[in-house]
Amino acid sequence: MKIKGRVWKYGDDINTDVIFPGKYTYTVTDPEEMAKIALEDLDPEFAGNVQKGDIIISGKNFGCGSSREQAASCLVYAGVGAVIAKSFARIFFRNCINFGLPALTSAEAVDAIKNGEIIEIDTDEGKITSKAVSFDFPPLPEEVVGIFKAGGLIPYTKRKLGLL
Amino acid sequence: MGKTFSEKILGKKAGKEVVPGEIVELEPDVAMSHDNTAAISKTFYKIGVDRVYDPDKHVIILDHCTPAANAKFAQNHKDIRKFVEKQKIKNFYDVNVGICHQVMHEKGHVWPGALILGSDSHTTSYGAFGAFSAGIGRSEMAVIMAMGRIWLRVPETIKICVDGKFPEGISSKDLMLKIAGDILADGALYKAIEFCGPTINRMSVASRFVLSNMAVEVGAKAGYMIPNKETLEYMKARVRKPFEVVQSDPDANYEAIYEYDVTNLEPMIAKPHTVDNVVPVSEVKGTPIQQIFFGSCTNARAEDFEIVTNVLRGKKVHPNVRMLVFPASQEIFLEVLKRGWIVDLVEAGAVIMNPGCGPCMGNHEGVPADGEVVIATSNRNFRGRLGNKESEVYLVSPRTAAVSALTGKIEDFRYLKL
Ligand code: SF4
Repeated sequence: MKIKGRVWKYGDDINTDVIFPGKYTYTVTDPEEMAKIALEDLDPEFAGNVQKGDIIISGKNFGCGSSREQAASCLVYAGVGAVIAKSFARIFFRNCINFGLPALTSAEAVDAIKNGEIIEIDTDEGKITSKAVSFDFPPLPEEVVGIFKAGGLIPYTKRKLGLL
Repeated sequence: MGKTFSEKILGKKAGKEVVPGEIVELEPDVAMSHDNTAAISKTFYKIGVDRVYDPDKHVIILDHCTPAANAKFAQNHKDIRKFVEKQKIKNFYDVNVGICHQVMHEKGHVWPGALILGSDSHTTSYGAFGAFSAGIGRSEMAVIMAMGRIWLRVPETIKICVDGKFPEGISSKDLMLKIAGDILADGALYKAIEFCGPTINRMSVASRFVLSNMAVEVGAKAGYMIPNKETLEYMKARVRKPFEVVQSDPDANYEAIYEYDVTNLEPMIAKPHTVDNVVPVSEVKGTPIQQIFFGSCTNARAEDFEIVTNVLRGKKVHPNVRMLVFPASQEIFLEVLKRGWIVDLVEAGAVIMNPGCGPCMGNHEGVPADGEVVIATSNRNFRGRLGNKESEVYLVSPRTAAVSALTGKIEDFRYLKL
């Protein structure tokens, strides 16, 4: 899969409360509304300006905090094509796979790529390409690629149970 | 080579030898969800299954916004009650019982050696009872409802050994904040933590719980410890099935080993807006506060009430401060009522609230105003966590919360003449 888009760059330890505030977790459930509050407490400019395919780049421990999967799904609904970070918090990483959102680890890419750049990701090749430079990222574990390829955990489970 | 507790528990469930990094599909013994069960049930039906695979495996506890703050939350609870009835889920606890992580062990849904998954990040808490327990997402819980199984990665393990005697008034919360400040919020990312050592073995059930509960704040997947005598006795009275304690082998492989000695530990505090922004309380002492949140699954058990009540009895909460008190569960509420501590707290000027999460994730019951400073006995101080991104939250032990209530400023209890 190829993803091309503009980079929105943030720092370390971006937590789920600033990605999708806790006060909304039981009340905002419509995908369109969820997209509108993505990163509300981190970057008020984001939701109104993000374009389909845009890429979030961040430091270590992206998505730490709550288990709320809206932190992953609101990014998908907002059009985010992938997240690249130095490392991901565990439950957030699972939620990304389960929602079919590529969560890629590359410290070099994070350090080198600037906010606002247009970059391209090839998930099959394991490559991130910015202007002239390209970076490799480790492939997802084989066992979870199946989930990813099915388009997420729910379609994957349907297929497994013979319901698709 | 020997095996860690994670490799043993996950291996037993997988029916084969497992190694760290391996991904296996497993059937948990218990699956916990809370107010998010309404959303989970919708995803469950979307899969196309009509009946929950094993209704007896599930425990559902309403706690995050109880009683409902508005019509949307009320509808959420209503949907859950309907789902519970239709799917014949008998382990259901309504808004009167308490915070999920407390209710789980009080009601015997946690036991040593069990594999427990919960759609809440602080599911790590049950490691204090010798279980392997980890948080998962909502869709994952829906999948467990549909087919009883889910994928898990076998984690590497970090060992944290603790020795020494706590100085007077210093608690496991101060220790956990110290650890978070040292190894940082990603210090145990995707790893299991095993807490051990003489200090851990001597701790009360409630104090041990604080460490496993906050293991996730340093990124951990599980926060295990071998149940001590007090814990086993506590379990015996509540768990209605035989269980076996699972221990790591002496020659098991650890990714890292950290050693702590608490002999000279000071009162610690996490400053806004991250849990690893930790300093000794003495560094921020004198900071004016407007609200105290004494509650949450981290520190609102009877031993915490005893500490807070002993500080406040016969005194007054400073007029500039609102002290909000949330017992972690109905059982604890009853105990502290019977001991007369609630009378003492009310006389001191505290506001007693119902058992539940309260304002912990910003839903209701004590959202701070812009610019206000809150000290909380809870586990997270992310920007906006209490429902207002313009407020500031500091994390403290119950004792630090109580002494600060008296002066309206953050206080180091070692220097305050009471
Ligand atoms: S008290 Fe806070 S941390 Fe604990 S379960 Fe409730 S919301 Fe989560």
